[in-house]
Amino acid sequence: MDAPQLVENFLQALTAGLSTGAIYGLLCVGLSLIFGVMRVINFAQGDFMMLGMYVAFYAFAVLGGEAAFGAYLAPYLSALLAGPAIFLAGILVHGLLVSRVSGMRASALAAEGHYAQLILTLGIALVLQNGALWLFGSTPVSIQTPLASEAWAVGPLYGDRIEVFVNQGQAVAAAIAIGVVVGFVALMNRTRLGKALRAAADNPVAATYMGIDVARAHRLAFGLGVGITAVGGGLLASGVSFQPYAGLEYVIVMYAGVVLGGLGSVSGAFLGGLTIGLIQQLSTLFLPNQLQNAAIFVMFLAIVLLRPQGMFGAASRRT
Amino acid sequence: MRREILPILVFGLLYAGLAALVTHSYYQLILTVVPIWAAMGLAWNVLSGYSGFVSFGHAAFFGLGAYFVALTQIAWNLTPWFGIPAAGLVGALAGLIVGIPTFRLRGHYFALAMLAYPLALMYVFEWLGYQELALPMQRDAPLAYMQFDDHRAYTWLATGLMVFAMLLTARIERSRFGLSLIAIKEDEAAAEAAGVHARRWKLRAITLSGALAGIAGGLYAVVLLVVTPPAVFGMLVSAQALIVAMFGGVATIWGPVIGALVLVPLSEILHAQLADKIPGIQGVVYGLAIIAVILVAPEGVVWKWRARRRGGAEEKPVEDRSIPSSEPVRPDTRQAPVIFEARDLSKSFGGLQAVRSVSLQVRQGEILGVIGPNGAGKTTLFNLLNGFVAPDAGSILLEGRDVTGSSPPQLCAAGIGRTFQVARPFRRMSLLDNVIVAAWLHERSEASARALALEALVLVGLGAYVRRTAGALSNKQLRLLEIARALAARPRILLLDETMAGLTATEVEELMTLVRTLAARGLTIVIIEHTMQAMVRLVDRFVVLDGGAVLTEGEPARVTRDPAVIDAYLGRRWRLANA
Repeated sequence: MDAPQLVENFLQALTAGLSTGAIYGLLCVGLSLIFGVMRVINFAQGDFMMLGMYVAFYAFAVLGGEAAFGAYLAPYLSALLAGPAIFLAGILVHGLLVSRVSGMRASALAAEGHYAQLILTLGIALVLQNGALWLFGSTPVSIQTPLASEAWAVGPLYGDRIEVFVNQGQAVAAAIAIGVVVGFVALMNRTRLGKALRAAADNPVAATYMGIDVARAHRLAFGLGVGITAVGGGLLASGVSFQPYAGLEYVIVMYAGVVLGGLGSVSGAFLGGLTIGLIQQLSTLFLPNQLQNAAIFVMFLAIVLLRPQGMFGAASRRT
Repeated sequence: MRREILPILVFGLLYAGLAALVTHSYYQLILTVVPIWAAMGLAWNVLSGYSGFVSFGHAAFFGLGAYFVALTQIAWNLTPWFGIPAAGLVGALAGLIVGIPTFRLRGHYFALAMLAYPLALMYVFEWLGYQELALPMQRDAPLAYMQFDDHRAYTWLATGLMVFAMLLTARIERSRFGLSLIAIKEDEAAAEAAGVHARRWKLRAITLSGALAGIAGGLYAVVLLVVTPPAVFGMLVSAQALIVAMFGGVATIWGPVIGALVLVPLSEILHAQLADKIPGIQGVVYGLAIIAVILVAPEGVVWKWRARRRGGAEEKPVEDRSIPSSEPVRPDTRQAPVIFEARDLSKSFGGLQAVRSVSLQVRQGEILGVIGPNGAGKTTLFNLLNGFVAPDAGSILLEGRDVTGSSPPQLCAAGIGRTFQVARPFRRMSLLDNVIVAAWLHERSEASARALALEALVLVGLGAYVRRTAGALSNKQLRLLEIARALAARPRILLLDETMAGLTATEVEELMTLVRTLAARGLTIVIIEHTMQAMVRLVDRFVVLDGGAVLTEGEPARVTRDPAVIDAYLGRRWRLANA
């Protein structure tokens, strides 16, 4: 392989990494919100994402989204629809289950309820995965969009020896992911709700004294967190095929990204997810297939051990 | 400890006996994997249950054990009779190697980092081409290779492993090892200040835990005959270990066993009965069962049961030889030798210079008061003196020996005890256990550690409450408990951080008498307060801090009239107005 070929491969992997990474970043932002506000490790996050994938799939293929909006627009509308749907599911799950072992009730439990939260969310994950298997079956599905097989060609560059293809489906999905993140950051910084969430994250007791309903903030954080991740899942669904156990693969990616970015920091989480996407795609250049995921974990370990406050500054204070 | 052994042995025999009656091969297999998962849960419990460092990655040790047994038998014809114990060594080594870097992390970071080890190993083993290893059949000498026609033999082996793990846990639980781990879980910094070498105990725990998990993995390979990376390194293996322990109750001998006894057969039978009719239903039911139990008993079945049983139990009061009311006689310490000295200590946090060039000398047997307004750097000074914080500059000398840079447990062992501004007891432990943790520093046997702890509790006047849980104490009692804990480590210098804060006038008098009594016994005392009134009658000498630096020092009568001190406390205008 000559040098221009190497450069072309590198640029191709970089492009793929940036577009996958943007969606991973969106997944991570949802998880990070839940952790930041509630200090709960949610093991079911990946399974809420999987539900988001199925919501998008059914809205698109079964409920007539494709027929109504066309194959170009419908995949993205379906992905966005997964947000509110899973938001409601999250509110319900939080109200019925998670709130009983977190927040103010947790202080009476061993290790502030961490044990109970872990096992509860593991239980929820099991129910969601297997419930999905029961409802949706084990055959992998995906959202078919014509954009997924169309690409913009950049180049030829360097005397027509380098040409990079940007997959249109991935690029649009990445742009929407970035848009959702920007919207979410605006929500956190500009609105009363965002202020309440940040206050509840920073100091729940003081927030209560200031008249903020911390229980409500936790409920909304959980709903928003799983909703945002579900949108990310919906966007992924038009690029890859998935089945009910898909959550398991991505929950690791999400935690890797969130820890990379510094637990509890929203912008850090997005950059962390982006980095994981880049590492994953760039490692295809020099690692055999089976070791690509191992590379993520090794990278993850190295960064946690060397810089436990995360790569991107914003140290979390209360872990 | 004897009390716990008999039920374990009886249970093991009953289980083995029950297994002898079952011949149906499928149920036989379930009966075999239950004790293996119980042992795995117990392995997880040794580390995560007692020390509170939750591991999501015990599959790493389990998988290495399983692959070690499989690979050594395939490559070198090594029998599992040797291979399984050796898998324990592999697990122990892996635990140590994982522990050394990973214990730099705490809380959620530790848990998540642990998650990465087995998953990385899973992909590495796939890449190495070990997607599916089958243990070779040994037709010539099956027994020598742990291959039995009668599958009940596997159940008995697994039961043996489970009983071994339970006995080991029982031994750990009441020993110095177990108490130190629980103290680390309750409050690692307070444990270190009480002389517990936290890092050393955690490394021992993860090594032992890894060994047990490695053995369990090795036996699992022999029982199932086939090893695949997802089956031994997968997320579900780590999850299973923590689920059985948390379901039954962490930091107990019986919790992981109860968890395995209930959950493993439940999921297996659901799988066998329903999997082909309704795919996934077993996972749904299993998940719902876990959710239901955790909502009813968030700390596990065993703790729920104990809490219910404890309801009526009355504690037997111990004779309370309280603080003597007569004032002890103390020698004049003005000419006593200096035993503890700080030279030009400085420390800043970011832009804040908390302590600047502080020097002070403490004389043998004296009561030295360190006073200053809020934010004067008093607590930071104590944190420097007991090793919580390393100074930017300056040195600390104990009896002329430079101890700058020593760790808190080292300084505690050298004779520096301390209490905290906001009391930091081990809340869920009894008073006696709180103090025994520190008593182990100089005692070698359980009986003598216990005796020393009792002596310290009686001395401070808590003799009547030794079995009570520390979380239930009043503010004054917490202060006394912290003093008792510090005393049990046999300190020569006791650093008391705002011990009188928030107490009533009567309580302050009681504590002052106690402090004088301790000093009369030859203990040297440095006490921080930010109010001066009571201190004037207690201390031999004051050091006044303001803005992180020493403002003045001397005898109470002189210091309280010092204009600079009055300015620092009440402001210059107050002095001028009242002059």
